[in-house]
Amino acid sequence: MNNDPKNDPKSTDRPSDLKPSRLTPGDILRVGAVGLVARRARVVLSALGIAIGIATMVAVVGLSESSRADLMARLDRLGTNLLTAEADDDGTGRPVKLPKNAVAMVERIGPVRHATATADVDARVRRSALVPEERTAGVTTQAARLDLLSALGGEVAKGGWLTEAGERLPTTVLGAVAADRLGITRTGETIMMNDVRVVVVGILEPIELVPTLDRVALVGFPAAERYFGFDGHPTTVFERSTDASVEDVRAVLARSINPGSQAGIKVSRPSDALAAKAATDEGLTTLMLGLGAVALLVGGVGVANTMVISVLERRQEIGLRRSLGATRGAIRLQFLTESLLLSGLGGVTGALLGATATYGFARAQGWTTVVPPWALAGGLAATLLIGVLAGLYPAIRASRLHPTVALHAA
Amino acid sequence: MTRLPVIELRDATKAYPGGVHALRGVNLTVAEGELLAVVGPSGSGKSTMLNVMGTLDRPTSGTVKVAGYDVSELSDARLSALRARHIGFVFQHFHLAAGRDAVDNVADGLLYAGVPLKERRARARQALAGVRLDHRFAHTPNELSGGEKQRVAIARALVGEPRLLLADEPTGALDTASGEIVMELLHELNASGTTVCVITHDHAIADSLPRRVRFKDGEIVSDSRSTPLTGDARR
Repeated sequence: MNNDPKNDPKSTDRPSDLKPSRLTPGDILRVGAVGLVARRARVVLSALGIAIGIATMVAVVGLSESSRADLMARLDRLGTNLLTAEADDDGTGRPVKLPKNAVAMVERIGPVRHATATADVDARVRRSALVPEERTAGVTTQAARLDLLSALGGEVAKGGWLTEAGERLPTTVLGAVAADRLGITRTGETIMMNDVRVVVVGILEPIELVPTLDRVALVGFPAAERYFGFDGHPTTVFERSTDASVEDVRAVLARSINPGSQAGIKVSRPSDALAAKAATDEGLTTLMLGLGAVALLVGGVGVANTMVISVLERRQEIGLRRSLGATRGAIRLQFLTESLLLSGLGGVTGALLGATATYGFARAQGWTTVVPPWALAGGLAATLLIGVLAGLYPAIRASRLHPTVALHAA
Repeated sequence: MTRLPVIELRDATKAYPGGVHALRGVNLTVAEGELLAVVGPSGSGKSTMLNVMGTLDRPTSGTVKVAGYDVSELSDARLSALRARHIGFVFQHFHLAAGRDAVDNVADGLLYAGVPLKERRARARQALAGVRLDHRFAHTPNELSGGEKQRVAIARALVGEPRLLLADEPTGALDTASGEIVMELLHELNASGTTVCVITHDHAIADSLPRRVRFKDGEIVSDSRSTPLTGDARR
């Protein structure tokens, strides 16, 4: 009969000859994909769960980063070197008045490059003489120095800014909100301040750093004194210094303005409000990330569920593979790979969806799109982790199925 | 010329939890190149015999040697390797992968033997040609008739050139004509040197094979050989 050495049992009668072969990476992937290809609808639905979770997380991070990048760009443009010193009360409730020469005092501080001021003026603003005096439309009057606009980086939307001549005359420049509230859409119209008819010579764009100025009507210091009985004491001093010396200036600002008593002077940095906004967004981002994580978790449970069902349905296939010589490890690896592919599919889809959503929303907001690579990498890593966690139990169950039981399952 | 044993069972017993004794001390030797039937009514222990001979299950006591290896000495992983290289299975219900063509189904027979994909497919085509299905390479199981499916399954069992082919009711799900083709194939395989063991409850099929091992209640009740169809026995 067959006597060649290959088929001679005596020559192969050592258990050590029977080393199970390892599958190549290509075979592992191919075998892992077999179950997915056969059940496409189910694959799409369970991958969708993961995709939604990952898309949420990527979009949340992307949008928050895009918005922060936009905020930082704005801060950069507006500068963070602006400080304001405001008259407050002295602690006993009595209002404090800044000295008339406060601007000059501030300009004497070394690193200060530029100082200017505004002052509250007691003049009620009405649209016309026909409007009863108590209806002020929520617009107040402030006196402004001519260099205010350049110091704050503000811009005129319509008309012009106060001029050397105009600051002595009953003319005004309205903040964006003030103009809106009064219903002024073009320059040349007149409004009433107390009983004085004042001509609107300009309307400002919103001033991002000091939004309170959007709601006021600005007049010149000389005009305020002449027409509205203003005493000439500034209420708020604005100064810009070099970036590096902001903190030094901040420390001495109140003392310089009022060497006698620095109480009652509130020093602040307007850009802090914008920076704080970035921090508030962070809270919301964390919340949304949490929601995304919950979606991801639910997606993971979906994958685990799909895998458990898959193992139950494919007992005969498992039995067959065992009869073809698959080791328990090979079966475990097959189902683990399947789970990884399933969640990986969801992860990649989700990352693409999230990045697309970020791009679309950022474009609509006029932001530059920022999708941090770490968010994509993190999302995919989370996906793979979920794939392993979701697949481990079903894979172990599959590998422990006794081949005879699996083969004869109906 | 001495024929080396492919299967050796010595006092093999198999008891399942609940006191069911599927095998009660079975002694059986199958030599290289034999073609035999393990026949008996359902519940007689034939399926357990198939599982034990195919190393899918271990005996409760006694020794089982397959292709020279003592099954009790092998770990589960090594038993898997033994199946991958030396044993081919044919089942009543084919167990083909739906949605995959005949070549890929057959190539899976070599997947766990460490053969590269290209070679697996090439050998699968050869094996399919061997069962006369060379016109059905790209057909998926639901495009094949029952008999063709079983021939694909036989090709998958053979593609690794096993020493032992175990067929469990290979014609059980087929009509008479297809069943005859399948049995013809098994005879051909045996003629070319493969040891073939057919498990069946069908006495007509059993009687067409040179050796018949009859089971009843987990024991061998008879082991008969036809006179070999050689020499003066041929009429």
